[in-house]
Formats: sequence, C-alpha cells, structure tokens
Amino acid sequence: MTSFQAPQASAGSRIIGLGSYQPETVVSNHDLAARMDTSDEWIRDRVGIVNRRIASKDEGVVDMAVVAGTKAIEDAGLTPSDIGAVIVATCTMPSTIPNAAAQVADRIGVKAAPAFDLNAACAGFCYAVATGADLVRAGTARHVLVIGAEKLTDWTDQDDRSTAIIFADGAGAVVIGASEENQIGPVAWGSAGDLSETILIADRDSFIHQEGQAVFRWATTQIAPVAIRAAELAGVELSDVDVFAPHQANLRIIEAIAKRLRNNGAREDLKIARDIVESGNTSSASIPMALDHMRAAGEISSGDVVLMVGFGAGLSYAGQVVRCP
Amino acid sequence: MSDNVLSGLAEIVEEVAGVAADDVTAEKSFVDDLDIDSLSMVEIAVQAEDKFGVKIPDDELANLKTVGDAVNYITSNK
Repeated sequence: MTSFQAPQASAGSRIIGLGSYQPETVVSNHDLAARMDTSDEWIRDRVGIVNRRIASKDEGVVDMAVVAGTKAIEDAGLTPSDIGAVIVATCTMPSTIPNAAAQVADRIGVKAAPAFDLNAACAGFCYAVATGADLVRAGTARHVLVIGAEKLTDWTDQDDRSTAIIFADGAGAVVIGASEENQIGPVAWGSAGDLSETILIADRDSFIHQEGQAVFRWATTQIAPVAIRAAELAGVELSDVDVFAPHQANLRIIEAIAKRLRNNGAREDLKIARDIVESGNTSSASIPMALDHMRAAGEISSGDVVLMVGFGAGLSYAGQVVRCP
Repeated sequence: MSDNVLSGLAEIVEEVAGVAADDVTAEKSFVDDLDIDSLSMVEIAVQAEDKFGVKIPDDELANLKTVGDAVNYITSNK
C-alpha cells in the first residue's frame, strides 16, 4: 500500500521575531488602595506588583493581539503574507466563537491562513510555541505567528482584593521560522487535572477564583522540575542558561522557582524576568511581553539562551529552551 | 526530639521569612508575633515536609497557629 506524501521537513526551528503590546492605562497600588482594603506595602510584599496595565472598554483580546503580532512580524523582517499559520494562546475571549486567531489573521493581513486559539491558560504561550515549532519543523507551515493575548480584567471581580490586584491585560507575540540549527528545544509539558478546581471561572457569568495557598504550593514545588526537564530535553546545562523567563504569576513564585534552579546549577548571574512588577499578571501574554521588554531595555540580548516556563489554570504547565531573537 | 524539631524549624523560618532563629520560640504566633503570611507558611511547610519527612497539607497548616503547634504536629507525625 503506497503511503501519502508528507510535507518537506526542516532540521529545526527558531524564533525570528518578537513583539508586544500593553494598554496605556496604568493602575498603581495606590489607585487600588484608594478604593479597596489593601495597601501598596501589602501588595508589593504578597505579589510583588507595583503597577499593572488595564485595557480600555473598547480594547479587546483581538485588538491587542493584532498590535503585538504586527510588531513581531516586522521584527522578523517579514510581511504578513509570509505567515503560514496563526495561533493565539488565550483564555479570556468574551465568547467562544469566533475564535481570536481568525480575526487576528484577517486584520493583520495574513489572508486565509490556518488560525486557531489555544487554551492552556498561563501555560498557553509555551504550549503554542511548542505547537508552532513542530508545525515549522514538520513543514506544515513555513512561518508561524504565535501570540499570547489576554484581557483578564474582563473576568476579574474588581471588588475582590485577592484577584483585582493581580490580573492585567496585554499581548506578546513571536514569529517562528525554519532553521538549520534547532533553536527551540523540545517542550516539557503536562497537566494536573486533579487540581483543576484551584484556579477557575465557574461559568460565563463568573469571575476568576483561585485558592492562593494551593496554587502557590503547586507552583513553587512542581514547576522547577519542569524547567529543569526542559533544559535536559534541549541538551543544555542549567549553567548555560542566560535568562529565566517564567510566567509572571507572582514575584514570590518567580523567586522561589529561580532559587531552586540556582540550587540545581543555574548561574548566580542568571537574568530573571520580573516584568510582573510593572505589568501585572497577564496570563499567556506574560512571557513574550517580559522578553520583549527585557530585550528593549538591553537586559537580554539576541542570542541569549532563554529558559521559559508557563504554568497555571488546568492546571497546565509547559517549558522549553529557546534562543532569544 | 522536640528540641531538634524546634531548632530545625527555626532554621527553616529564618531562611524563608528572615526571622532570626533565636526568635523562633514555641509560644510565638506565626502571624501575630513573627509577621509571617500565609504564602510563607506554605514555603515553611514544604521545607519542613522535606526536612522531617512529614506531610503538612494546607488544611492542617491553618491549625498551626504557634511555633509550638507546628513542633507538636511534626513530632507526632514523623
């Protein structure tokens, strides 16, 4: 029996463009303290956030994704017609259909591209990069636009001081292309559905609720091993990692995971993404936004070895090593 | 045995919360006296689980108000 043709595979894939967008409106801890029972000191201590960006009423997931995606395409030196597929990692669309990706593709000018959303909550960006990398390596698409875009404030109870201080809005994007030398390591990923009740939105009329202690315990104990595994799968020593870019969930979680990595061989001068301080927690947008901000500020450089790991509702987790574009 | 648990716990509290180990005495309340919040309590519990080979789930943690409570719990469950 003859087999079917397969696409033209390539040896590897790499990130060739990076871009992000965050809304203009800044909400500071002082702004929050003025309208609810909280304080700047408590927020800084508990989650590490000083400012967060909030989308305007008319600004949605699609709008933010379009800006970030356009910037990533420009950064890659490409035009929209070069993009072969669009994946939008998001869990905060206002309704289930139409998906974000088809609208984003159309508005950016990527005509008729395959486009789908990917919901793995705060692990969504790393899940989408893994998927995009495989599409390119397998030859299914020549360039994949991967966007993490969220309007968490649509799903946040602004009177709930445990969540209103944390969740924010934004989008980050990368373009993945083929490469002779593979610069996106295999993904270390998985889920913990037994803990699915710990971060949830109960129904379409509800807000995000999370069991802070349970999530904190999970993130601070179960995620470092995922990051370590991602390095192993890429064939990279932890001491070779230049940048650690975890999902920007909470500064104390970030520091706890970074500490465990250093105890396992990561360098003392490891550059750690702490974008949450000024951007809040933007779920699947947080990693690409952090990387874009760090690169623009000169904190990380093209060619740096980046270990990124996303984790969150599901519970879901995914991480991989990539070369900074 | 209790003394080892107390000093072991004091080391953990110092590392997690920056409280001097000498200040970590049995009658002290984690929240009121040592100013340790619920997230730090989770970190302390996780490290105590490793160090003493006990399980300290979040719902048990809620009952451990003082250092002495924690020492007793660990000692009885080792």
